[in-house]
Amino acid sequence: MDVNKTHYEGETIYSLSGKLDTVTAPEFQKELIPEFDAAKSIIVDFTSITFVSSAGLRVLLMGEKTAKVKGASMTLRKVPDDVMEIFKKSGLARIFTIK
Amino acid sequence: MKDELYVEAKIENMNMVQDFICDRIKDCSVSIQNQIGLVIDEIFSNIANYAYNPTVGSALIRIAVLDDDITLEFEDDGIPYNPLETEDPDITLDLDERAIGGLGIFLVKDIMDYMEYRHEDNKNILTIRKRFKED
Repeated sequence: MDVNKTHYEGETIYSLSGKLDTVTAPEFQKELIPEFDAAKSIIVDFTSITFVSSAGLRVLLMGEKTAKVKGASMTLRKVPDDVMEIFKKSGLARIFTIK
Repeated sequence: MKDELYVEAKIENMNMVQDFICDRIKDCSVSIQNQIGLVIDEIFSNIANYAYNPTVGSALIRIAVLDDDITLEFEDDGIPYNPLETEDPDITLDLDERAIGGLGIFLVKDIMDYMEYRHEDNKNILTIRKRFKED
């Protein structure tokens, strides 16, 4: 998975491409979680993501929990239909902020 | 079912397993390829993380692609573990109570059309099947 990080008007935007899976999720976790110390708003763009496995869901859930603790927000953007289906099946679609 | 891959069951080999399967389902829809990719991630990571912990063992992955379905078989000789007995997570919980345990197998059960586990000759053998027809 490739992670592209952009800062834009006080927000941090991560554009992900490839698989958010067992192999890549730990790397993304190391990047995402500390970012909440600096940014009040984090956007994760899923345009080029092929699939998100439970390892990826775990990191996103951790991100959502961290955002709440830090008084920040995490928004998931441009989520492909197949990935949205996984969010819904796992009951996370109503927990995540998805636009 | 002769088409098989024998690998050391460790996360570093995940991409090798994914590539092996991916090469054989190239003619399937992208959606099916992604679903199978997710399933491989869940099952092979389970074997790599838990079957031989704290040592490392091997895993055998077989695949058969027919006109209307794909069958995968995962074999390891680690600790006996029947994933079908894994309790489904409570997906109705709110953020504060929510943990992720058990979600992987839950998703695999949802995606695949057939799953069978058996323990034979000290081996865990998990057979799973997906029909190509979209839901």
